[in-house]
Amino acid sequence: MAEVLVYVDHVDGAVRKPTLELLTLARRVGEPVAVALGAGAADTASALAEHGAVKVLTHEAAEYADYLVVPKVDALQAAVEAVSPAAVLVPSSAEGKEIAARLALRIGSGIITDAVDLEAGDEGPVATQSAFAASYTTKSRISKGTPVITVKPNSAAVEAAPAAGAVEALSVTFSEKATGTKVTGRTPRESTGRPELTEAAIVVSGGRGVNGAENFAIIEALADSLGAAVGASRAAVDAGWYPHTNQVGQTGKSVSPQLYIASGISGAIQHRAGMQTSKTIVAINKDAEAPIFELVDYGVVGDLFDVVPALTEEVKARKG
Amino acid sequence: MSLRIVVTVKYVPDATGDRHFADDLTVDRDDVDGLLSELDEYAVEQALQISENADDAEVTVLTIGPEDAKDALRKALSMGADKAIHVEDDDLHGTDAIGTSLVLAKAIEKAGYDLVVSGMASTDGTMGIVPALVAERLGVPQVTLLSEVSVEDGTVKGRRDGDAASEQLEASLPAVVSVTDQSGEARYPSFKGIMAAKKKPVESWDLSDLEIDADEVGLAGSWTKVESATERPARTAGTIVKDEGEGGKQLAEFLASQKFI
Ligand SMILES: Cc1cc2nc3c(=O)[nH]c(=O)nc-3n(C[C@H](O)[C@H](O)[C@H](O)COP(=O)(O)OP(=O)(O)OC[C@H]3O[C@@H](n4cnc5c(N)ncnc54)[C@H](O)[C@@H]3O)c2cc1C
Ligand SMILES: Nc1ncnc2c1ncn2[C@@H]1O[C@H](COP(=O)(O)O)[C@@H](O)[C@H]1O
Repeated sequence: MAEVLVYVDHVDGAVRKPTLELLTLARRVGEPVAVALGAGAADTASALAEHGAVKVLTHEAAEYADYLVVPKVDALQAAVEAVSPAAVLVPSSAEGKEIAARLALRIGSGIITDAVDLEAGDEGPVATQSAFAASYTTKSRISKGTPVITVKPNSAAVEAAPAAGAVEALSVTFSEKATGTKVTGRTPRESTGRPELTEAAIVVSGGRGVNGAENFAIIEALADSLGAAVGASRAAVDAGWYPHTNQVGQTGKSVSPQLYIASGISGAIQHRAGMQTSKTIVAINKDAEAPIFELVDYGVVGDLFDVVPALTEEVKARKG
Repeated sequence: MSLRIVVTVKYVPDATGDRHFADDLTVDRDDVDGLLSELDEYAVEQALQISENADDAEVTVLTIGPEDAKDALRKALSMGADKAIHVEDDDLHGTDAIGTSLVLAKAIEKAGYDLVVSGMASTDGTMGIVPALVAERLGVPQVTLLSEVSVEDGTVKGRRDGDAASEQLEASLPAVVSVTDQSGEARYPSFKGIMAAKKKPVESWDLSDLEIDADEVGLAGSWTKVESATERPARTAGTIVKDEGEGGKQLAEFLASQKFI
C-alpha cells in the first residue's frame, strides 16, 4: 500500500489532536508515515504509533524554532524525496498552510487547503471543502504531482489503530534560504486550562452584547460548566474585551464543534464563516431579528445577563 | 535610496452579497459587486505608513484580475498609493493560487521591488498562502501574518501572533510581508485623495509582457480540479423561544435532550 506523509504538529513532543485526526484520514488513502521536527520530535512516536503511523521520521535541529517556516519546508521536502508518498497531509493552521504551499510549489504539485474531509478516489484523494462562509461544499482533487492537502481540525474522529511507529532519523540539509527570517523573540501563549478553541467539542462565544471585559466572566462560567472553550466575535475582540486568539470568524479561528453557543452576537457573515459548520448551534440574543437566529437549532430571545447565568446554574445542577 | 514597495491587492466579490460558483466551477464574479478585498486595505495601510516613515519611498499597487479589478486599484490609489499595475489577460480566468503566485512574482520582478506587502488572505478564496508562495518564487524572506510591522535600515521587523506563541521576526530586504487585520485600521480615502487618484498612472500588462505562457495559468494550467460545488442545504429552522424568566431552564432542557449535559 502506498505511503502517506503526515506532518506532525506537536509542542515539545506532545502531539496535538488535529494530527491524530489526520492519521485517521491518512489511513483511508494509504499507510501513514509521520514527520516530526524540532525539540521533542522523537517523543511523539508512541502517540503516533497508537493512531496508525507505521513509521515516524524525526529530525531535531535548532533551526526549526529559530527561523520561520522554510526549515520545515526543507525537511518535508526531504521526507517526500525519501518516501515518494501518494499524498502529503498537513494540519490546517496558518503555519501549516504556508509550509504546505511552499512544499507543493517546490515539488511541482497542486495544493488544497482547509479540507474538512478526505476520501480515496480513482485519480487520487478527493477533498471536501467549504466555500463562501460555508454556504457551499466543494469536492476537489489535485491534478498534478503528489497531492498536498491541509486539513482543518475536527474533520475526523481520533481512532486508535496500533501500528509499528518505528522511529527513523530523517536526513535534512537546510537550503540557503532557510535562515532568511529570524525568530528573535517568542512569548508562549499562557494556558487558560480550557480546551483549545479549534479542537473543543463545545464552544461558548460572547459578542458586543457582553458589553465589557469584566462581563466575559459570565461567558467563561458557562464555558467551564460545560467543559467548553471560549470564543469571541471580532467586535468583542476589537473592543479589547477578549484576546484575539479567541476570535471566531473569517479573520479569527474557524471552529466546527459539536455545540456552539453564541451570546450577544448578531451573526455577521464574517462571524458565520468561522462557525457555520458547527453541528448544533444555540444563540441568546435580545433582538429577535438578529441574523444568528437563522442558523440556530435552539434560540432564546432574551437578555444574556439573565439567560446565561441561569443556564450555567441549571447545567451545574444537572451535572450534580 | 528609494524604497520600492509593491502591494498586492485582490478584487473580490462582496462577502455580504450572494456569492456563488459559475458553471465552470470558478468564482462567479459577474453577479455580485466587487471591491478591494478588505483584508488588503490593511496591506495598503501598512505600506503607506512604512513609506511615510522612509526618506524616499514609492508605493505601487498590483492586482491580477478582470477589467473591473481596476476599481480595487483606484481605491488603493485614492488611499495614497503612488501608482498601479493591472495584470489582465483572458487566459488568466480560473488561475489557482500556484498560478497566481507565478504571475505576481513575475510582475513584482518586472516592476522592481525592495518590499512586497500582501494581505493575510483573500476574502473569497481565504487560502492565506499566496504571500508564502510569492516569497518562495522570488527567493526572498517570508515575514508573514504580522500584526505589527516596521522597516528600518534595510531590515523588516514584525510581530506574528501564532497559535502557540507570539513571535518577533526579523529579515533583511528584499522581503515579502503579509499583515493581518490586527495591524491597524485602514484609512479612508479623502476627497483630495480620490481626485488625485484619477491622475495617477495605471499600467496594464498581459501575459506576454510577463513572458508567461497561457498554459501555465488559467483553468487549464491549474494543478487542482474542483469536481463539484453544491450549495449547503439551509439549516432547518430551529426552535426559538422568548425568555419569560424560564429561558435558561428551557435551554438547559434542550441541551440535555441533545445529550450535551
Ligand atoms: C474583512 C472582515 C473580517 C472580519 N472578520 C471577523 C471575524 O473573524 N469574526 C467576527 O466575529 N467578525 C468579523 N468581522 C466583523 C463582522 O462583520 C461583525 O462586525 C462582527 O461579527 C460583529 O460582532 P457582534 O455580533 O459581537 O456585534 P454586533 O453586530 O454589534 O452584535 C451584537 C449583538 O448583541 C445583541 N445584544 C446586545 N446586548 C445584549 C444583551 N444584553 N443580551 C443579549 N443580546 C444582546 C444585539 O442584539 C446584537 O445582535 C469581520 C469584518 C470584516 C470586514
Ligand atoms: N489576484 C490577485 N491579485 C493581487 N494580489 C493577490 C491576488 N490573489 C491573492 N493576492 C494577494 O495574496 C494575499 C493572500 O491571498 P490568498 O492566498 O488567496 O488568500 C491577498 O491578501 C493578496 O495580497
